[in-house]
Amino acid sequence: MSAPTKERAVTGVSVLEAEAIHILREVAGEFDKPALLFSGGKDSTVLVHLAVRAFAPLPPPFTLVHVDTGHNFPEVLEFRDDIVARFGLQLHVAEVQDWIDRGEVEERPDGLRNPLQTAPLLDTITGQGFDAVIGGGRRDEERSRAKERIFSIRDDFGRWDPRRQRVELWNLYNGMHKPGEHVRVFPISNWTELDVWRYVDERGIELPPLYFAHEREVYLRDGMWLTAGPWGGPGDDEETVAKTVRYRTVGDGSCTGAVESDAATVADIIEEIKASRLTERGAGRADDKISEAAMEDRKREGYF
Amino acid sequence: MTSDLLRLVTAGSVDDGKSTLVGRLLYDTKSVLSDQIDAVLASSEERGLDDPDLSLLVDGLRAEREQGITIDVAYRYFATAKRTFVLADTPGHVQYLRNTVTGASTSDHAVLLTDARKGVLPQTRRHLAVMAMLGVPGITLAVNKLDLVDFDRDTHEKIRDEFVAHAVSLGYDEDQVTAIPMSALTGDNVVTRSENTPWYDGPTLLDHLERVTPDRRGCDVGFRMPVQYVLRSDGNDYRAYAGQVVAGRVSPGDEVVVLPAGTVTTVTEVGTPDGPVDSADEGQPVTLVLADDLAVTRGDLLASADRRPSVQDEFDATVCWLAEEPLRPGAKVLLRHGTRTTQCRVPGLPARLDEQELAIQRDPEELALNEIGQVRLQVADALPFDDYADCVATGAFLLIDPKGGDTLAAGLLGDALSVVGADRGEQDG
Repeated sequence: MSAPTKERAVTGVSVLEAEAIHILREVAGEFDKPALLFSGGKDSTVLVHLAVRAFAPLPPPFTLVHVDTGHNFPEVLEFRDDIVARFGLQLHVAEVQDWIDRGEVEERPDGLRNPLQTAPLLDTITGQGFDAVIGGGRRDEERSRAKERIFSIRDDFGRWDPRRQRVELWNLYNGMHKPGEHVRVFPISNWTELDVWRYVDERGIELPPLYFAHEREVYLRDGMWLTAGPWGGPGDDEETVAKTVRYRTVGDGSCTGAVESDAATVADIIEEIKASRLTERGAGRADDKISEAAMEDRKREGYF
Repeated sequence: MTSDLLRLVTAGSVDDGKSTLVGRLLYDTKSVLSDQIDAVLASSEERGLDDPDLSLLVDGLRAEREQGITIDVAYRYFATAKRTFVLADTPGHVQYLRNTVTGASTSDHAVLLTDARKGVLPQTRRHLAVMAMLGVPGITLAVNKLDLVDFDRDTHEKIRDEFVAHAVSLGYDEDQVTAIPMSALTGDNVVTRSENTPWYDGPTLLDHLERVTPDRRGCDVGFRMPVQYVLRSDGNDYRAYAGQVVAGRVSPGDEVVVLPAGTVTTVTEVGTPDGPVDSADEGQPVTLVLADDLAVTRGDLLASADRRPSVQDEFDATVCWLAEEPLRPGAKVLLRHGTRTTQCRVPGLPARLDEQELAIQRDPEELALNEIGQVRLQVADALPFDDYADCVATGAFLLIDPKGGDTLAAGLLGDALSVVGADRGEQDG
């Protein structure tokens, strides 16, 4: 093989990449059966790319897991399946609908399905015997996420207890756990939304088209532009209009809003985020607005 | 390693306004976005406050907001045109010193707060000693609440002189230590220069943080790489060792020793995510292919054959005890160093730090929660290590509870305790 001599300064995103690769290799070395949560969104897509790079030239030793609420955007699911095929990975899908059909999870009156993901996720972790679950959570997303460790222990009910977190020192990640417990791992904890986009730019990472400005039929609900879909909407008193929009997050369609934007390229998006006065969750997630501690409460139950 | 990323830790005593300072820093650098501000405005109003309580920006847990204190370390991100900051915001209460140690372990710079009315407190001295021991290379003292002493120059300078003298006695150079007069509540000298301190010609806190050199003490110990994972493909006989270069540099042709076994071999390929390279430096993830077919596994340390670390199975080290249950001689624990976890006995406790007097007590009966001391350790597998003072990556370790798996102690190999005890003499325990 040829040996290109290119000394790169270890700066900015490279430091974060090196940290993430170190964490992913620790997971592979410490755990018997690790899984990586992959939804087709930008953060988990970056995680997959990092995992591929961490173990190159061999495939990453992680099973991919997606909890599909049944309200996902079709173009994101298509993208998800493309990535899985392209890198020759294994994907396990847990359909929230199956849990609803079996009566183990109940549809909420407000129709939101994001909070319903917890039971399918925990059942999958237990059923498949995963001892570590890697996620794309970032500490800049939300106040309770800012308190999250990189290796975060979950009890045998899958619960997070913020008051009993382990200290985390240097880059010595402690993955010890008792039978029944598992560890959640967040390799891009220290990345911001902007870092993710800079990395996408630097590495030429492909993302679902939803992230880029396009014209779409949307209706306004609780201050957010939602797309018509199987998640119920528009209602009789909600008017559908065509707008040029893009998504900053691409979670469940029932609670993820589009933002008005002309940003059609990664470079445009980077400029837009630099100037934005809203967080991605503030701009596009209804479920975090339920209460002051909505995310913390869901995380305590086992949500990501 | 040069970087435009600065990892910061903040620490201070209770009620000296740390959350307010962090909130102010985020707010004035426009790192807080309007939906977060709206949430704080709404919460402040619910609590019947006239002005937004900036500390609500950072106290993320329900219990913290209810009790008005910071319980757990939180990580914050903000950026200016010059630099990106990762800030470990740590609690001030004595019982949460473990979180200060946590934040400090990965930080390039520490901001310690003190209330201008109270000056240098025991807790300030204790935090400074922790920073010195962990090798945090730069320290800023935020002399806060100066508005409550009429921005009095003498008050600031008296506190500054006492603090700098104390830092110097702990081994800091004067140019590594800076004191800035400020009021986080009103924003004086945090991001914006204050008109209330015409006698002060130094930088604002943000100016200073943009300028400080982020380098931790460099590791000049030769090449070091703990083996994280073995990449093996039976199909084409490929075998490589994945890890991060934690010190020095590695190139094809270099002789390396596999520790603790002690076998010597040659590196034939240095792989990176972007393909093979002529050399890789500290901080880079690599996959090394070796010339000989050796039994190298996760947990082993690869090191320069001509600059080897010390390999021992019994040694003294400094620990900060982080568990409720005290450490007593005879304890059996697990020791995690690099990528290796090994069984460990604690036959004795040679010394304990009296953190108020910063003096050494000999042969204490135990180390209680948040106490720092010297321990004797015996490990089942000989440990290859450098002194923490020479290289953090190969000089740091954890003690772990073999039953529950919790982390019990932060450990520093070598004579780290002497840093804090050196100039203060000893006393009998």
